[in-house]
Amino acid sequence: MDVPQVGRSVLRKEGRAKVTGQAMYVDDVSPAGMLHGVTVRSPAARGRIAAIRFDPVIPWDEFVVVTAADIPGKNVVKLILEDQPYLAHDVVNHREEPIALVAHRDRARAEEARRHVTVEIEPLPPVFTIDDALAAREIVWGTDNVFKRYMVQKGDVDAAFAGGGDVIVVEGEYETGAQEQLYIEPNGMLAVADPVHGVTVWGSMQCPYYIHKALAGLFDLPPERVRVVQMETGGGFGGKEEFPSVIAGHAALLAWKAGRPVKMIYGRDEDMAATTKRHPSRTRHRTAVSRDGRLVAMDVEFTIDGGAYCTLSPVVLSRGTIHAAGPYSCPNVRVRARAVATNAPPHGAFRGFGAPQSLFALERHMDRVAAAVGLTPEAFRRKNFVTFGDTLAVGQTIKEPVDMGGLLDRAFDVSGYRDKRDRFTRENAAAEQRERASRVSHADGAGHGAPASARAGESEGRSPSVRKGIGFAAFFHGAGFTGSGEVHLKSVATVEGTIDGVVRVLAGSTEIGQGTNTIFSQIAAGALGIDPDDVDIAQPDTAVVPDSGPTVASRTCMVVGRLVETAALGIRHTLVDAGFLPSVYTRGEFQTACRRYVETFGTLRASSQYTPPSGLVWDDEKYLGDAYGTYGWAVYVAEVSVDTATWETRVDDFVAVQEIGRVINPTLATGQIEGGVAQGIGWALYEDVVWREGRMANSQMTNYIMPTSMDVPDIRVYFEEVPYPHGPSGAKGIGELPMDGPAPAIFNAVAHATGADVTHLPLTPERLMDLLSPPEPVASADPSSKPVASAQPSSKPVASAFRRN
Amino acid sequence: MTPVLDGYQLVTPASLSEALADLAAHPGARPFAGGTDLMVVLEAGHLSPGRYVSLAKCAELRGIERTGDGGLSIGALTTYTEIRQSAAIADGFAMLQAAAAETGGVATQNRGTIGGNIANASPAADTPPALLAYDAELELVSSSGARRVPYAAFHRGYKQMDLVPGELIARIHLPARTAIPPEGGNHGDRVEEPLAPASVPVVSAFRRNAWRDYYRKVGPRRAQAISKVCLAGSIRMEGAGVADVRIAIGAVAPTVVRATAAEQALRGRALDADAIAAAERALVEAIAPIDDIRSTARYRSRVAVNLLREFLRS
Amino acid sequence: MITCTLNGKRTPLEGHPMARLLDVLRASGMTGVKEGCGEGECGACAVLLDGALVNSCLTPLAHAEDAAITTIEGVATEARLHAVQESFLECGGAQCGICTPGMVLAAYALLSRNADPTDEEVRMALAGNLCRCTGYMRIFASVYDAVRKLT
Repeated sequence: MDVPQVGRSVLRKEGRAKVTGQAMYVDDVSPAGMLHGVTVRSPAARGRIAAIRFDPVIPWDEFVVVTAADIPGKNVVKLILEDQPYLAHDVVNHREEPIALVAHRDRARAEEARRHVTVEIEPLPPVFTIDDALAAREIVWGTDNVFKRYMVQKGDVDAAFAGGGDVIVVEGEYETGAQEQLYIEPNGMLAVADPVHGVTVWGSMQCPYYIHKALAGLFDLPPERVRVVQMETGGGFGGKEEFPSVIAGHAALLAWKAGRPVKMIYGRDEDMAATTKRHPSRTRHRTAVSRDGRLVAMDVEFTIDGGAYCTLSPVVLSRGTIHAAGPYSCPNVRVRARAVATNAPPHGAFRGFGAPQSLFALERHMDRVAAAVGLTPEAFRRKNFVTFGDTLAVGQTIKEPVDMGGLLDRAFDVSGYRDKRDRFTRENAAAEQRERASRVSHADGAGHGAPASARAGESEGRSPSVRKGIGFAAFFHGAGFTGSGEVHLKSVATVEGTIDGVVRVLAGSTEIGQGTNTIFSQIAAGALGIDPDDVDIAQPDTAVVPDSGPTVASRTCMVVGRLVETAALGIRHTLVDAGFLPSVYTRGEFQTACRRYVETFGTLRASSQYTPPSGLVWDDEKYLGDAYGTYGWAVYVAEVSVDTATWETRVDDFVAVQEIGRVINPTLATGQIEGGVAQGIGWALYEDVVWREGRMANSQMTNYIMPTSMDVPDIRVYFEEVPYPHGPSGAKGIGELPMDGPAPAIFNAVAHATGADVTHLPLTPERLMDLLSPPEPVASADPSSKPVASAQPSSKPVASAFRRN
Repeated sequence: MTPVLDGYQLVTPASLSEALADLAAHPGARPFAGGTDLMVVLEAGHLSPGRYVSLAKCAELRGIERTGDGGLSIGALTTYTEIRQSAAIADGFAMLQAAAAETGGVATQNRGTIGGNIANASPAADTPPALLAYDAELELVSSSGARRVPYAAFHRGYKQMDLVPGELIARIHLPARTAIPPEGGNHGDRVEEPLAPASVPVVSAFRRNAWRDYYRKVGPRRAQAISKVCLAGSIRMEGAGVADVRIAIGAVAPTVVRATAAEQALRGRALDADAIAAAERALVEAIAPIDDIRSTARYRSRVAVNLLREFLRS
Repeated sequence: MITCTLNGKRTPLEGHPMARLLDVLRASGMTGVKEGCGEGECGACAVLLDGALVNSCLTPLAHAEDAAITTIEGVATEARLHAVQESFLECGGAQCGICTPGMVLAAYALLSRNADPTDEEVRMALAGNLCRCTGYMRIFASVYDAVRKLT
């Protein structure tokens, strides 16, 4: 089959609408009679609802008010478990938990009314840290505050450690904080609902069928009376994977009671404080390595904070667990993983979904292990990279070509890593010497405060306080749902030919900026030998499109795109077999054939349902086997400057090299990597969620710091292609891969620049200062003392600095 | 999302004298300049209802003029963009341009005003340290007349100013004696920040003859950032000795601080390690940084000292 | 009520003088002007007011009196897209598209003052427009492409 569309940077399908401001997002539509809905939320992290008071100064008869009592079906957000209520009715388990809903014609009045509802809570002791959750003195969920546990074992870790072989043991503890997805379009939904017609919602979302299932349960309606339509969505990153079921249900409950359309658009503060974020994590590594640098045993304890309700924590945990031992060959591995409950607002999906957390810990740890055994970071990696035929920790034998060494070579070549690593080491040492010297010597009096020698050797106009570093991370990311997930999803995609000669793709996959519409057009056009402009992508509407599974897990191009390809081939074969089309034809001939076929037979349509590639074996109970159909493989390099006067870290250059099967659309693929790297840089250095009493205190874009155009380096992206036989034209999934590499690469670079044993993310300047220049025991600090870089990595765990309650 | 606006009035008098009369006639009325501070507060639901008097038509509050003594008179309604583009400001008061370039992004700079920045009295504001280091003087007007106040005496405490009800900041005067033209003369009409290459922190430093000035803001990112520490300094050397020095620092006390004790520790001395250490100690005594949502007291204190050292050693 | 010139047309705009220009513009049909944060941080709401880039969420309606306002709807002509829009389309400058109207206007404002900006000038001109999808690289590429188109 010819694939002329693959490798073409076909223009974004809906791009013209986006650059002209004509793309319609949910807040751009306002049907007649519409009300605005707002949410009354819990002021306490945990407790019993004693009373809900409505201040009589508000004319409540002008408002629509909904509480749990108004719910027609089950007061539960259907996802994995049924522990999260749509509206709290007797207890609350997190700040900002929804309790009541208010609607009014005028949005400002609805907001004003919301401020005049007081919820009285009899407090119960909240749990805010992983340690407190595990200590289980206070049980806030289930019987022991644990949503889920996994244990993955390979070989015999205990025996390996006890074996008394000539090994070096390196321990480390690594923590990552929460991260806010910060899509620039906040969550929003528009609903019409009534007992006669059922429920319809339009809005910002990644997964229409998740919402569909949730609403059917909330309203006790059969599937055909619930309809979910995706509108143009201004970013998702996982933050609109499962959360939109909540806001959709709320808008629909108000619409149901009001008998009018209701629109809910979250304010930014509310969106940040009340909706899901990336799971905070703590990873403990204990690694035995032979004296010549081979991994002997890896014992990993991986714990994530799921917040107050289960949401997707088991799956986040699963992915983090499977990625915890990385792309390395090690005979003995154990990963003990837990997702615990705390009284934070529930954490949820965010690009990477557990893998960034465990890979951050692993790749930072690998540099420390290398140092302990006297090898360079890359020499150590090369001795241990998996290759074809090796077995990963979870028992998956690698059956595809893997060349991590080759990726490393290319990344090093493009970034100038080796030369810079040596040069920065020398220059930092010299700069350190000069700083010490200049502190004691006298001024030379030529209008400058420091002797000329203090500036000698400064290259590129670099300030004397700046130290440079370069570091890398080697990693992988499984594409598609884990294990038997894709089989359970049974995703379907449909392609039809219309009477106008146009081809329509019907899939539940959503465009959220990553390029779904364009990729599907290219794939269908490629399969049919026509132009992407001849292909329409149906708006994801559960009344129209099949369930193609959620738009998550880096599966849309690889899994659903393949279904689109197959379905497209299906209608081609139909036309050829029916004699309407020769086996070789022009674009115009195709359109004519399409038209004629539909005129004759009424419908031209083919559907394709997911079947797993043969040979994949997965045991759900033992959690062993082929975890993913394929992996993307990558090496990322970060070059940083650390200003030791302010402890600020800047990324000066970033190189991202990855093998991802086949690049369908170079501009879109590059854009995905660049955007993911920028989010990774944000996560590593800037995006600190400040917690106060279980609520995000810095829930404003002024105070939650994401990178601006002045903060990102040049991000240089390189692709290697090793076609994956089961992806469309060989493509693998790439959406989440770029999230895994930046943080550990940056941390390794900072460690190189400063000698600081950085292990806790984000690495804000305040935290780096505390590491490099810890508080002196004596009260009056000597202001002329300079931070002393510590040369040896410490293997002592550092206490968590995250929950500033 | 704005609150219900019933309780708010925004009137736009046709001239300065009308605006002053309006403020005098309505005790409690507040001036409204560019809106970049007040609208944020309004949208957060924290702006007190009442009467707001737009200064949009007060022509006397605009423009940048040379004064008789060779200094500058900057209208309170001058925007950050106008400051950045002013050849007159470039020719002598480059720290103020550096400060204007650090405030928000282009959109904020196009509307935000220097008078608003002063009157909003945030301890972390970007222009005050530069204004203090230039010994600025404020011209205040009301319906009963005008008066001048040294900027150094204007901020009395957290959000407390020497500004009586009905009074407006009209003009900001920068004296000729504190001007430091950049090397190579003035920049002409187009001003671009001399941004350093990526590996160098953004420090604005200019020099003429033996004068140098220095402006550095440390924030959580390179743009659109509220300051954690902001230091502005000017120093004139005679041989190995400090002939004169001015040091101002923001975001480390309830108001912007002129570090006079640190200046005293340096003036007339050789700029050696002991002098620098003495200045640093005096600076630490003069500031009172806090832990807040953006940073910690300890970080601010350490960085303040390091910026001073960087300034004095550059 | 105020009167302004909106995308070249003399237009009355109704509303409280302190109402956000953002809300008034959207209510009058200019839904291309987006709200991302309501705090003047993200720039999604940016419009041109008398040729200068401003955040419409921080601009009271009163400030639009007698002003010339350009929203994203006014950038393309009936006949064709502006070069900046074409470049964003061709170079991948838009992903989810929510920041795009403000970003296009920021780029447009830059290039109308500076036909040949340096890398630093581009970054600084766009620093008030946050993009979560692209990492800014394709946006920079779009701006340089527009520079070439406009030369």
